[in-house]
Amino acid sequence: MLSQYGPILILIALVLGFAAGNLVISELLGKKTSAIGKADAYECGMGSIGNARLRLSIHFYLVAVLFILFDVESLLLIPWAVSAKFFEAQGVGGIVFTEIVGFVAVLGIGLAYVWNKGGLSWDR
Amino acid sequence: MEDFLVILLKVAAIYGGVIGTAALYTLAERKVAAWIQYRIGPNRVGPWGLLQPLADGVKFIFKEELVPAGANKLLFRLAPMMSAVPAMLTIAVVPFAGDMTLFGVDTFGAIAKIDMSAFYVVAIGGLGVYGIILGGWSSNSKYSLMGGLRASAQMVSYELSLLLGILSIVVVSGSADLYDIVDAQSGAIWRWNAFQQPLAFGLFVIATFAETNRHPFDFAECEPELVAGFHTEYSSMKFALFFLGEYCAMIVMASLTTTFFLGGFEVPFWADAPWVIQLAAFGAKTAFFLFLFLWVRWTLPRFRFDQLMSLGWKVMLPLSLLNVFLYGALTSFGAFGD
Repeated sequence: MLSQYGPILILIALVLGFAAGNLVISELLGKKTSAIGKADAYECGMGSIGNARLRLSIHFYLVAVLFILFDVESLLLIPWAVSAKFFEAQGVGGIVFTEIVGFVAVLGIGLAYVWNKGGLSWDR
Repeated sequence: MEDFLVILLKVAAIYGGVIGTAALYTLAERKVAAWIQYRIGPNRVGPWGLLQPLADGVKFIFKEELVPAGANKLLFRLAPMMSAVPAMLTIAVVPFAGDMTLFGVDTFGAIAKIDMSAFYVVAIGGLGVYGIILGGWSSNSKYSLMGGLRASAQMVSYELSLLLGILSIVVVSGSADLYDIVDAQSGAIWRWNAFQQPLAFGLFVIATFAETNRHPFDFAECEPELVAGFHTEYSSMKFALFFLGEYCAMIVMASLTTTFFLGGFEVPFWADAPWVIQLAAFGAKTAFFLFLFLWVRWTLPRFRFDQLMSLGWKVMLPLSLLNVFLYGALTSFGAFGD
């Protein structure tokens, strides 16, 4: 079973080597010059003001949390998705599906709640 | 020993092929843009500009690697790798062709054949978001930060639709192995999932555009607002790696759309075609989606960011849930029983 993943390890080594090799070669071969203001962050040619460690809009946080919730719930559907046909062949498809309907309904109610609370509106 | 050599050969051929395609794809992008805008496009380096990607690569290597003074040095250097590597790793399970015999060894047309390959691509492909957000944050530039944040919010939002689209395919195919999913679509052309599940197909294609930060959803870059978004501060090979990662991600997404919805390497009505023909069929179908990325880019205007988020959460997500629901019911009550 695990030997299925062997070729992927070879690919990982190749890809990491390719990416790291390119960066190192370019770092070694590229020219190096310095000038006043060259290492500043780019702000359309003006001198940069402050740094970019700013406070973020709460929306980004909310999106991240919602993503975790829905992603975990979708992940829990994976075992059912893979074996839905098997359940049907065993004659218990309807029962298992009813349970999944209950589970997805919770997901749906959650979505409706967030929607109603305005959590999905970016301009609020 | 021979088995091992064949595996090495396959890894080298597939990886080389994808990198080569990505390089040619950068040229195709400029050529197609030029044709759509009634220009000629790059035509000086080699015949029809075919050596342009090579010239670009050499130029990238000899350009100066600039690290901004305020940047987080380590993460700034690692971020391009973290963005490019996951995109290149997802090609490991893409089935480019069916069973084949190479130098007397029976093998198959992918780097690896694993049971959960449909979810492997989501798991590994999803890691690409780290490179983008870390690249944006570690540059310590306001444009980069905004671009990185937008890109990550957009990618996670559309990943749900992508995952749910894959789920409904898995439900109907009864397996999460991409080879089984392709097998389930063999034979007649209407057995392709694009015809079986048109809603999932549409949602999946839209989600691939958002996942790869392409037009009309390219808020990660969005040059009139954010200069170049998360890679504003990047130069030289680090920039090139971000670029290569984006193009590899597009190639992977196009091949996944082909695999999930257009029957992968299957030739319609010719189930046991030789693997060279299957590879050609796969290439042709994938090339269509690769062209679609370019076509859409030079045709449609850009969305607004709040429109993008509402589309993702208020339209795509409920529709994808509904789709999983519908095909779950059909499968569970025996509509797809063979």
